[in-house]
Formats: sequence, C-alpha cells, structure tokens
Amino acid sequence: MDLILEGILKAFHLLFTFDPEVMQITLLSLQVSGTATLISLVIGISVGTIVALTEFQGRRFVVSLINTGMGLPPVVVGLFVTIFLWRNGPLGFLGVLYTPTAMILAQAIIASPIVMGISLAAIQALPKNLRLQILALGATRLQMVWILIKEAKLPLLAGVMAGFGGVISEVGASIMVGGNIKGYSRVLTTATVMETSRGNFDIAIALGIILLLMAYFITLVLTQIPQRERRR
Amino acid sequence: MKKSKTIHMVLAGLAIILGVMAWIPVQAQQKNIILATTTSTQDSGLLDVLLPIFEKKTGYFVKTIAVGSGQSMAMGQKGEADVLLVHSPTAEKKFVAEGYGVNRRLVMHNDYIVLGPAEDPARVKGTKATTEAFKKIASPGTLFLSRGDNSGTHSKERDVWKASGINPEGQKWYQQTGLGMGQTMNVASEKKGYTLADRGTYLALKKNLQLNILMEGDAILLNIYHVIEVNPAKWPKVNAAGAKAFADFMVSKEVQEIVKTFGVDKFGSPLFFPDAGKREEDLGK
Repeated sequence: MDLILEGILKAFHLLFTFDPEVMQITLLSLQVSGTATLISLVIGISVGTIVALTEFQGRRFVVSLINTGMGLPPVVVGLFVTIFLWRNGPLGFLGVLYTPTAMILAQAIIASPIVMGISLAAIQALPKNLRLQILALGATRLQMVWILIKEAKLPLLAGVMAGFGGVISEVGASIMVGGNIKGYSRVLTTATVMETSRGNFDIAIALGIILLLMAYFITLVLTQIPQRERRR
Repeated sequence: MKKSKTIHMVLAGLAIILGVMAWIPVQAQQKNIILATTTSTQDSGLLDVLLPIFEKKTGYFVKTIAVGSGQSMAMGQKGEADVLLVHSPTAEKKFVAEGYGVNRRLVMHNDYIVLGPAEDPARVKGTKATTEAFKKIASPGTLFLSRGDNSGTHSKERDVWKASGINPEGQKWYQQTGLGMGQTMNVASEKKGYTLADRGTYLALKKNLQLNILMEGDAILLNIYHVIEVNPAKWPKVNAAGAKAFADFMVSKEVQEIVKTFGVDKFGSPLFFPDAGKREEDLGK
C-alpha cells in the first residue's frame, strides 16, 4: 500500500515541478495518439458512413470484418507494421521504423476500425425515414450525409473517445515500432513498462496516474462540447 | 460543385497528415545508429549515462532497442540493427562464424548468481559448484523459474543444465516465464522458487524481492558482454561507420573508466567490470 501512496506523491511531484523528461513523454503521447486518432477519424467516419448508407454484395462480410477489426490486438498490428517497415522490408525505403511516425501509423491502424465500427452502428441506428425526408426537402446526397453525421454526433463522439482511449493506453505496438527510445519515441505506456522492469515502481505508478489524468481531461473536454448544446 | 467539395476535403485531410509528419523531427538517415542490446544494459541505467556522451561527441543518434541477446542477434542476422551489445558468448561465436557480425570485441563482465527463497528447501547454500546446486534444485517439490526467452541469461542457464547433465524441459519443477529478468525474479519471489539472474539487475531490484543469493563466484557464472558490428558486406543498408564509431567508443578508455565506477554510489559496488583489450579466457582468474 505504501508503494501506491508513494506513487501518487511522486506523480504530483513530477507534475508540479514540470519534470522536463516527464513533460516531454506526456506531450509525445498526446502528439502521437492525437494524430493517430485524427487520421482514424477521417478514415473511420468516412468508410463507416459509406458502408452504413450503401447496399452492395458482400456487405455483411465487410461489416463482420470491421467489427472484428475493433478488437485488433495491438501487438499483432505492431508485429506486421515492424515487418513492413524493416530496412529490408517492403516499406523499408521510408526509413521510419523506430520513429514517432511509425507509432502514429500503427496506432491509426488500431484506432480506425474502432471509429469505423461505431460510426457504422451510429449511422445505421438513425431512422430510415430520416434519409428520405432530408432528400425530399431538396438536399443533395452530400448534404444529406452531412446532416446524418451531425444527427449521430453523440455516438460518433463516443467512437472517437473509444479510438483515442484505445491508442493512448496501448503499449504492445508502440514499443515494437517505436522502440521506447529515450527523448525520442518514449511515451507514457512504454515508459511505464520500462520503469516497472527497472524496479522503479513509484515512478511507474506515477506515470500511470499521469496517463489516467490526461485521458480523463481529454474525454472531459470532448464530452463537454455536445452536452452543452444539448442543454440549450 | 459536389465533386470539388469532396476533392477539397480530401486535400485538406492530406495536408493535415503531411503537416503532422513534417512536424515530427526526422533525423537524417546516415546519422542514425540502431543498437540492439540486452535489457540489462538499459535497465541498469548504464546506457543512459554513456549514450549522451557518445551522441555529443560524434553527432550520431543512437536508437536503443533493448530486447535481449537472442532477439538482438536475430535483428543483426536480418540486417535490422547496426551494432549489438550482447552477453551470450556461445551464440555470439556462431553469429560471427556465420558471417553476420564482424569485429567482436570484449567490453565488460559481471556475474550471474543463483537466487532462491531464504528457507532454501533444496539446500543449495553451501554447495561449491553451480552444477551441483542445479542438481539439487532438479527434484520434485522445488521450483525453478527460467527466463525461457533466448536471452543471454537463458542461454547461460541452458549451458549450466547441460553441464549438470540434466534436461529440465517438461519437468514439473521447471517453469518458463518468457519474461524479462526483473519480471522473472518477481515471479520467483512470489512463488518461492529458484532462478538464475545477472547481478546487476538483482542489485537494482533487490529492495522489492524476497530472494537471497544462494550461490555465487563459480567460474561458470561469468557474464561477459561483447560489442559486435553487423557485417555491412552482408547487408549494405547497415550504417557501418556509425557501428564502428559506437564499438570503438565502448572499448575506449573513457567508457571503461565510467563502467568501472558505475553503480558504486547507488549500490555500494560496481555493476560491471571493464575488460576492453583483455582476452575472454583470462577473465575470472
């Protein structure tokens, strides 16, 4: 128990003294996972909406693939991204293995199906008549899609938070493709793993607390936006 | 109208992605060195001391991938690392003999220790030879935790079992964690089992463990670290100049002096003993 208390104290100490290394690690975590979430947002919402609104052969199969993708194991993604990015691998010429860019790539692959699956469910859950109504009022197809997305804002936001939560807490892929390099590709989760194996449990707990605090404030900000509109 | 809007959106998306990519600093390729190494050099904090000196001196940027000796050599075999800092002599000799590595040089050593619970049910304490200690552990009712991950420590452990004439695979008292040294010691501590560990990691984690040193000082328990450059003739993409600069740095007088005193302030004794220029056969005498 003492250890947890020590960890909490350490967390506040590191936070309020603005420990440069911890600040750098925290910022990089935000940068990498934030960018990955943005990319997954573009891919996830667009593909999710298209699949939700169109009928085509093999649609069921595509939907089942997306839903399976929501549970894509990060280590498996990490392994495949590593193999592709190896110097002598198919994408080796990019030279991005063991860089934050590689981490963004892996995390975007993890988050995209999550956002996609939830977008799909959210758009599908809207009443079918709504589409006809909007079109009947003279909207173009693109305008209709835009209105539908706005209509499904709350569940879509839940999708974004699920995607962000999935990648900010993810460690397997980040450590494989980023390498946990000090001052360069070390993020909160990989630093926690390393400090644990170094026996610095207090610092590990402190990093965990910082990660939780950060996730909390970000989701707080995200949930505030639509809730405020709702109250009006 | 519809079409141009879509195109604009796609372009904006691409611009965002490209902007973000440019935002993250990318080091020039030839200035990067990938160092594949055992976990103990990172977990002990030694590399945190040495790398900034090297980077400042040479301008290279070292990407340390701490994965264990077995995996380090696997990376070297594929040309995915430039230089290795490892401690698995038998496998290293094979690695160099097969032409994957060149210029294998001795850097430092410390030693392995046999750890176990204070009660010592197998009565290992007091035995003279490690092989004898392992023979005592190899009986029903005791428990031995193996790394099981092809690391340098795991490879040493297999050597000792072989020297003891015992095949532990599949035995009830033999469990493989597949984890790093720190985690394996934690498991041994919780389960009151025996394990083989490197002294550096044990000293660093001792305060959280209920494990005692039951056997030490035997010649077979020597833990020797070498630096190996990955053969550029086999893999042209390897940063040969950077690898040589790093290897030269590791055996330089400056580094050897730092190694000599590293850890004394924290643990009361050094974690590693510098050996550059010595012969492997002369160690431990």
